[in-house]
Amino acid sequence: MIIDYVGVKEINGSLIVMDGVKGVSNEEIVDIKLENGTVRQGRVVQIEGERIVVQVFEGTRRISLKNTRTRLTGHPMEMPLSPEIIGRVLDGAGRPIDGLGNIFPVKRANINGTPINPVSRVYPKNYINTGISTIDTLMTLIRGQKLPIFSGSGMTHNDLAVQIVRQAKISGADSSNFGVVFAAMGVQKDVAEYFRKSFEESGVLSRVVMLLNLSNDPIIERTLTPRCALTVAEYLAFELDMHILVIMTDMTSYAEALREFSSSKGEIPGRKGYPGYLYSDLASLYERAGMIKGHPGSVTQIPILTMPNDDITHPIPDLTGYITEGQIVLDRTLQGQGFYPPVSVLPSLSRLMKDGIGEGYTRGDHQSLANQLFASYAKVIDARSLASVIGEEELSPIDKKYIEFGKLFESRFVNQGFTENRSIEQSLNLGWELLSTLPRAELDRVDDAVLDIYYKG
Amino acid sequence: MNNNMIYGINGPVVTVKNADCFEMMEMVHVGEQNLVGEVIGITDKFTTIQVYEETTGLKPGDPVSGTGAPMNVLLGPGILDNIFDGIERPLKAIEERSGAFISRGASVSSLDPDKLWNVTLTIKAGDRLEGGQIYATLPETPIIEHRVMVPPELSGVIKEVKPDGEHRIFDVIAVLEDDLGELHDLTLCQQWPIRTSRPVKQRLTPSIPLITGQRVMDTLFPIAKGGTAAIPGGFGTGKTMNQHQLAKWCDADIIIYVGCGERGNEMSQVLDEFSELIDPKSNRPMTDRTVLIANTSNMPVAAREASIYTGITLAEYYRDMGYHVAMMADSTSRWAEALREISGRLEEMPAEEGFPAYLPSRLAEFYERGGRADVLSGGEGSVTLIGAVSPQGSDFSEPVTQNTKRFTRVFWALDKALAYARHYPAINWINSYSEYFNDLDPWFKENLGEEFTEYRNNISALLQEESSLMEIVKLIGSDVLPDDQKLVIETARVIRVGFLQQNAFHAEDTYVPLEKQKLMMKVILHLHSKAKEVVAREIPLSKVLEFGLFDKLTKMKYDIPNNRLEMFDDYIVEIDEKLGTLLQ
Repeated sequence: MIIDYVGVKEINGSLIVMDGVKGVSNEEIVDIKLENGTVRQGRVVQIEGERIVVQVFEGTRRISLKNTRTRLTGHPMEMPLSPEIIGRVLDGAGRPIDGLGNIFPVKRANINGTPINPVSRVYPKNYINTGISTIDTLMTLIRGQKLPIFSGSGMTHNDLAVQIVRQAKISGADSSNFGVVFAAMGVQKDVAEYFRKSFEESGVLSRVVMLLNLSNDPIIERTLTPRCALTVAEYLAFELDMHILVIMTDMTSYAEALREFSSSKGEIPGRKGYPGYLYSDLASLYERAGMIKGHPGSVTQIPILTMPNDDITHPIPDLTGYITEGQIVLDRTLQGQGFYPPVSVLPSLSRLMKDGIGEGYTRGDHQSLANQLFASYAKVIDARSLASVIGEEELSPIDKKYIEFGKLFESRFVNQGFTENRSIEQSLNLGWELLSTLPRAELDRVDDAVLDIYYKG
Repeated sequence: MNNNMIYGINGPVVTVKNADCFEMMEMVHVGEQNLVGEVIGITDKFTTIQVYEETTGLKPGDPVSGTGAPMNVLLGPGILDNIFDGIERPLKAIEERSGAFISRGASVSSLDPDKLWNVTLTIKAGDRLEGGQIYATLPETPIIEHRVMVPPELSGVIKEVKPDGEHRIFDVIAVLEDDLGELHDLTLCQQWPIRTSRPVKQRLTPSIPLITGQRVMDTLFPIAKGGTAAIPGGFGTGKTMNQHQLAKWCDADIIIYVGCGERGNEMSQVLDEFSELIDPKSNRPMTDRTVLIANTSNMPVAAREASIYTGITLAEYYRDMGYHVAMMADSTSRWAEALREISGRLEEMPAEEGFPAYLPSRLAEFYERGGRADVLSGGEGSVTLIGAVSPQGSDFSEPVTQNTKRFTRVFWALDKALAYARHYPAINWINSYSEYFNDLDPWFKENLGEEFTEYRNNISALLQEESSLMEIVKLIGSDVLPDDQKLVIETARVIRVGFLQQNAFHAEDTYVPLEKQKLMMKVILHLHSKAKEVVAREIPLSKVLEFGLFDKLTKMKYDIPNNRLEMFDDYIVEIDEKLGTLLQ
């Protein structure tokens, strides 16, 4: 017997409270039918006896205490999945919006996923050649990694993400088992369009699944978008054995949607009003990257987040950095100087890099070169701060050399065209060429044997 | 008869109405799938339960049944070389049962009930046994002997003993009659509640260092066996890397590594690396002495809260056998956040930054369970606790870092600026401290000679001096400094780059014996004092630098193998010869 519950008891932000509901289970999805015939979906977020709190994805506008009929669906939020999903465009809750009809599910999966057993994980070791010098050399992207881009409003993170997708060569992946899942959360229509166009130009569009929750779409639906996207990604990777790159933009909008939901629920806020469980919540997304024993596929994540006020200690980038395996930080000053991609080298990092590079992967000298570039560039920053006090003229000869090295490093190594695809060899050799402008004694992170081969000063 | 039912559900917190049969901290089973939970609050109307698994799909009206006992772990052979989740469920066995994704309500015995162990009984009928005494031993791994002990609260006379041979963990191998005449079966295992510390005979002052082979830790900020340490640092500063290095190289007998709310890929890295890594002392894989507890950040938050206690209980159990145990908790901030999350669900009044007011007392309770002690089984054991802290926004003034500081005695502060310059380990030598110097001093004097402490103090003084000189240099550049101060800066550079910096990926440098650490300090200080003599005679420092000795010393960590320590003498001779030419 299916019961419709008429009316609600309370409405508060995106939440409705209902009384007298029997047989409801936690996290169950409900259909809410309005008098005008539209149907909205909601999720049970709290139960107290027969009183339940439901989060309405499309928002509570035009809902009154009387005009709804609510029906329990009996299952948690599920995503219909089938191989046909590749190439489709979906809304933020995973429903097709490209006019090509419904997806006939081969299976349905709970969008919350289940945690991967740490024992079943394969430690990621295969690097992805992005053709971008800074990333390949200094913060190598590894298949199965989660490597976010920390950016700010108005910076070129979208171009960088597009360039990575276009140039990414995954060793062992041919064009047929490489795919992209793109989740837009609260981004503008033209940004989504820019991504779509770029995918088209680089010829991957037929292997892209797009989930779009644009900036004017319901905010609460935004909390579902990355979960739906990752459910699709896991299906493609672990059941259809594809290598999936997931791009999620913008995580800041996602976290803000979560905050809105939390405050309307009356939860005790943590830092900056974000809920205390923001860490666990972000982890439940980011941790869905990886590789599993016995499955050739992989899920690699590149979440993009715009740091509010370019502040890396803001809770969203801060907590993200604690979960992800490194970060690529973009810098406004570099961008102002006209450099692309404006990767700020020192705070950027790839944690999985050390096991995915070197002999047999990239080249034997890779790690030493990377260490030395980091160390030398750190000295450039010191020399610059000294120069800003006493003037460049007064610097010691060695500090002057560092200033010179810094200029070359930024204009030649960091700076690279949007269409320029550098091989790993090219990037490494360029690194050595620049280091060779410094006296050999300054290169204290490298063994003499390596210097003998590559140092050309 | 059980007729308690779920009334309300809010995230991982479940309430039961009108129940009066539950105890505080009792372990319960929730729902049709028997999810594991724990009672955390009781009023006359409601009993509040935190559930250690995802609560999706639970319904009001689902049954809740008590187990009559607090949250327990099973202690016995089979713990080592294993990987558990936060409530001691074996992840390998769960994988066999439910595949790569963890399904709920998986009830698997913590330890393999069918495995046969080769048991040697050390008692005979008629013996009187006190709590904690050993009655059987067995080789748990090729390097660790498992000593089976009488549960601490039990004592009496042995009535019956099975012969030596192969037994399973639940087999009764002896029967004990207590003073009231009641009979108790002794098996190879016992239960212990995770939130209660196991008793010891007497606590001892920590006076033996935990040798880590990491120079900055061993010499500048040493930790004692049975000591407590905190490693705070923002993301990317190398907390996990340091914890891994400690787990690999420190000279404890047993390592308990708790991945508490951290990355899944990191745990698989630990699994990979530790099984490949050979312990130089025993020539066996590191996993033979290691237990991993992995409750990654996406696994249920309540189990994350429990994982720290599960870890420390296992640590205490091996301590009671007379072993030196080191437990690494990565990271205690995630544990504190789990407390905060659950406290928020209970609508408790928050204190600082939303953390519950009892955060300091919980931290104190945890770190107090570390220590060195005379154990009930007769020997001496210790639990060393090393907790990573992940301060929000790298701000050390936040509550978890501040409170941890109060209860730990070693503070290895990781520094973002050092990490950016790829100076690893990025332990800041100005902000860090160790309170164990005085306790450990006699040991260092006895084992490494009087001079070790002297060297360390000199090194430390030079670094302090450099730090204040750098303030000036930052303003006006180093050129204007007099030569003797420039020398301090040069020597400090050698100390920083050649001594404090250590390459975890370099075969020789990843672990450095104390003797080599001492000789390295000796050579650096020798060069410094010789160069000081030269400079005192108004010979320009640039003359000294021309010899390239400073650069040579920054590379001696690579150039001198750990087993060729006599090479240090050549360095001393070379310094004397070269600088001697200036002094003539």
